[in-house]
Amino acid sequence: MSTSYPTPLYSHAGRGDFQEVYEPAEDSFLLIDALEKDADRLQRMSPCVCLEVGSGSGVVSAFLASVVGPSALYICTDVNPAAAQCTAETASCNRVSLQPVITDLADSLLPQLCGKVDILLFNPPYVVTPSEEVLSKVNEVQAWCINPHSYSVGFIFQVGSTGIEAAWAGGERGREVTDRFLPAVVQLLSDKGLFYLITIAENDPEEIIHLLGQSGLKGESYLSTRARNERLSVLRFHRNQQT
Amino acid sequence: MKLLTHNMLTSHVKGVTKGYPLLIKATEVKVNEVEFNPQFVSRMIPKLEWGALVQAAEELGHRQDLPGELVQEYEKNEDFLKKVHRVLLEVEVIEGCLQCPESGREFPISKGIPNMLLNEDEV
Repeated sequence: MSTSYPTPLYSHAGRGDFQEVYEPAEDSFLLIDALEKDADRLQRMSPCVCLEVGSGSGVVSAFLASVVGPSALYICTDVNPAAAQCTAETASCNRVSLQPVITDLADSLLPQLCGKVDILLFNPPYVVTPSEEVLSKVNEVQAWCINPHSYSVGFIFQVGSTGIEAAWAGGERGREVTDRFLPAVVQLLSDKGLFYLITIAENDPEEIIHLLGQSGLKGESYLSTRARNERLSVLRFHRNQQT
Repeated sequence: MKLLTHNMLTSHVKGVTKGYPLLIKATEVKVNEVEFNPQFVSRMIPKLEWGALVQAAEELGHRQDLPGELVQEYEKNEDFLKKVHRVLLEVEVIEGCLQCPESGREFPISKGIPNMLLNEDEV
């Protein structure tokens, strides 16, 4: 039985300067639970470089840092500048060192991080929404939502922005952002590297496992839960040659 | 932005083939005390572009006596590791910009965080 690790402080997320930052929710906590479940393996691996794409509040990387310790580099990316600042604040509150970068996915970190990432984390925008392509033809005005986790027919949410909707609007099958990132996963992961990805049933996790399988990454559903109307899973991947 | 982070960043402006390393133009730099962790420094060194690190430290006026080439058997050389530690982790660019060496495009650094987002026409 592993030691229990406390959830990092994050009450500043979603308030004041960080109002436009995704507040940790069931998806964030499921990813944290998955890392906790894998704590022994993560520690034994002794990772050197960790990357979280779309860090939002930074709570997940802060948690990872508390499990793995200060001998690793933690880089966190987000398209939302408020999220990057929030990640910095979360690092400070929790006395861990996280390096935020405002960038789309892992753009700008390649090619330097090619083959170097030992732990790769992504809690993507996974909610099924009309895709950007559909919207540009419809010419709708963006509406802002109260609760992104319960799909509501009256609102239109747009993929491709850098504000709060970027946190959850996933376009067709909720897969548009994830699919853009998958090729980078293959490049980023080190030989011993692990990739953890949050999905909901609508994203067709089996297909994601199949797609990455074709690129030599072995994947499985590592942890699942049901939250409100979402069936959430954490998929975990590693390179085929690893035992 | 620490120089460790800078060492990992490349400009991908459309048409650019040599977007690394980014030039640093800093208007505010801070030096903080960060706990020395020799294991961390030792493990990071092989992941770095040493020349880019020295160049960046030089641009900020914080190179001091950091050598132009990596010393041999640095894992046991605490003196050397401390010099690397200072440059990698203690020197931080708070305000300024990173400049693409080929296109000249500037990426702002604000409140210590670099913004590498490209506009639609630059992708």
